[in-house]
Amino acid sequence: MSSAPFARSSLEPEWILPSRARVGMISLIAAESAIFTIFVVAYIFYIGKSLSGPMPKDVLEIPVFNTICLLSSSLTIHLAVGALRNAKVSLFGVWWFLTLTLGVIFLAGTAREWHRLIFDEGLTVGTNLFGTTYYSLVGLHAFHVSVGLLGLGTGMVFTLLGKVNAEHSERVDVFSLYWHFVDVVWVFVFTVVYVIGR
Amino acid sequence: MASETIALSAVDQGPISERLHDWVVTVDHKRLGILYILYALLFLVIGGVEATIMRIQLIVPHNHFVSPEVFNRMFTMHGTTMIFFVVMPIMFGFANYLVPLMIGARDMAFPRLNAFSFWLMALGGFLLYFSFLGGNGLYGAGNAPDVGWWAYAPLTSQAFSPGHSSDYWTMALLVSGFGSIGTAINIIATILSMRCTGMTLGKMPLLAWLNLVMGGMVILAMSPLTAAQIMLSIDRYLGGHFFDTQAGGSATLWMHFFWIFGHPEVYVLVIPAFAFASEIIPVFSRKPIFGYPVMVGATVCIGFVSMSVWAHHMFTIGMNSYANSFFAITTMAVGVPTGIKIFNWIGTMWGGKIQFKTPMLFCIGFLFQFLIAGLTGIMLGAAPFDWQLGGSYFVVAHFHYVIVGGILFALFAAFYYWYPKITGRMLNESLGKLHFWLLLIGFHLTFDVMHIPGLLGMPRRIYTYEPGRGWEVWNLIATIGTFIQAIAMLLFVTNLIFSYWKGPEAGNDPWDAWTLEWSASSPPPPYNFASIPTVASRRPLWDLKHPEDPDWKYE
Repeated sequence: MSSAPFARSSLEPEWILPSRARVGMISLIAAESAIFTIFVVAYIFYIGKSLSGPMPKDVLEIPVFNTICLLSSSLTIHLAVGALRNAKVSLFGVWWFLTLTLGVIFLAGTAREWHRLIFDEGLTVGTNLFGTTYYSLVGLHAFHVSVGLLGLGTGMVFTLLGKVNAEHSERVDVFSLYWHFVDVVWVFVFTVVYVIGR
Repeated sequence: MASETIALSAVDQGPISERLHDWVVTVDHKRLGILYILYALLFLVIGGVEATIMRIQLIVPHNHFVSPEVFNRMFTMHGTTMIFFVVMPIMFGFANYLVPLMIGARDMAFPRLNAFSFWLMALGGFLLYFSFLGGNGLYGAGNAPDVGWWAYAPLTSQAFSPGHSSDYWTMALLVSGFGSIGTAINIIATILSMRCTGMTLGKMPLLAWLNLVMGGMVILAMSPLTAAQIMLSIDRYLGGHFFDTQAGGSATLWMHFFWIFGHPEVYVLVIPAFAFASEIIPVFSRKPIFGYPVMVGATVCIGFVSMSVWAHHMFTIGMNSYANSFFAITTMAVGVPTGIKIFNWIGTMWGGKIQFKTPMLFCIGFLFQFLIAGLTGIMLGAAPFDWQLGGSYFVVAHFHYVIVGGILFALFAAFYYWYPKITGRMLNESLGKLHFWLLLIGFHLTFDVMHIPGLLGMPRRIYTYEPGRGWEVWNLIATIGTFIQAIAMLLFVTNLIFSYWKGPEAGNDPWDAWTLEWSASSPPPPYNFASIPTVASRRPLWDLKHPEDPDWKYE
């Protein structure tokens, strides 16, 4: 075929392009950031616009423990990736399991908070604007945590089956980008919902 | 060569059910590109029929061709279909087909995501049209969506839109929106990570560059629409109050969220059209593109500026003077890089040995009509002018000038230019020229005169009007133009089908072009390139054909 004349000489420097998985994940994160931006804007726009109670200052408690758990899971997943890159598979498994556990604790905390708000305080999506925006924004974040937990859980299963080795550090690294993103989003959600909005 | 022939014929053999099955489960970027294009052409016909129904209803005052309710459904479905299920998929189809070939790759970065995105979009279109059957719900409340393609609150609230028509609209856009985001991620990853050796960003064909910008814009613009659709679903299904003014919600917020998507969307659609013009005009002017770096810079500039112009769709809702001034200024500003592009295309043609083949004719039509569309856009960007004419037929004429006169003409240029690569056969040149001239006449009859009833005060989206306001003759001419356009479209479809079997063999490179896709056979083998090419300039095939005077010496 005509591609023969394109053949390259061996003298040229090696041709290296960014990894497609990393580019794809960063693009996905950009798209997700845009979605979250719209929800955050809606939340800020509707602060104090509810026509009836309950109001945020009456019912919201600052989820300090939850926040510490989620933010520290960023550190544990970072350590997990580093361990796998150095081919320390069992150390990777420990850090990975810790990340998974911290994520589950966070999600359980959110569930407890929602249970209290719904059954004790009578706040639902339809109660007032605060309810609508609160459950939407926090729920969207919790959904992303759940997706992350599915990924973490899948990785855990493969680790326990002994199928994970240093070759997979690139994949795990790309996945950790998503998890870091979920954590960073929480910083914004926390600030808007529990600090500014309260 | 022999191995390719064997591989190709192996694909084409077998019983018809098996071959159809191959198309359904395919992850090949070329087949998915063709699926996108065929799917969009089907919806183009449907959307065109809806437009024709509206024009027949408006041909004379007090016409009773369709009821007001049906008319509302027609303009809603026409707008939604043309934007989301014609132009977007057709642009994705061409990007899918051409980008890997032009950057010397064997497929997209994520082939399975590619197939998934296509089928999501197909599901979205199916959902939208299933509303004709399922939209009634238990309420007997009318079937297809009838809230206009931007679906302003509170029309979409349960009180004003009982039944499921608005739900089908929301779900269709949500599902196809996820498909679009998937495709955009794929296009970006392909262009950044799959280029063949030597193809630095500065040596990429402009089509790849422009699609990269388009992908970035889809990611940043489609996501707000997706977020807004989620909010609308929360309102409609879970009793939320995002856009419920009685509970303190804001109808204006929906407008902002919709147009934050809606205006960049115009550029999402037009930038691939620019890409076609940027590839086709140089080839038929026999000159390299004039001002390549400026073209890239102007495109990136359009990408950024167009993100901050959205509220010029909202001048008439009564914003404060700071917002009005800001959005008027940014709207004027986005005209500057667009103007630069027009000058660059003219600069490419200037002093060239222009061949007036059908693709070039369509490109020249695109150039002139897009210029006029831009000028009426600048007029509407001046807030006081928009207060007078916003929501009138002047606006309808303006954006149809953009979409039909600009985007559709560039699309037809792309069809005539790349059809030989996709099918291996040339489209009929005489039929093509007839198609061009008929479409040109029909287009100008319809959309030139449509400005006038707008200036005379005819509002858009009315199903009929009183005689004696001076609107009759213009509406009559516009409808006649629609029929001429319909005949032109029929000619085009005939040409597509006829030439597939009877067209002359194209060979690898019928236009004596310079980008990598013309080095593959027509149609290209499933793996595109037997060995991954190496390029040294923006026109690798020129280097190959003219070893005595290659481009890389000058770039």
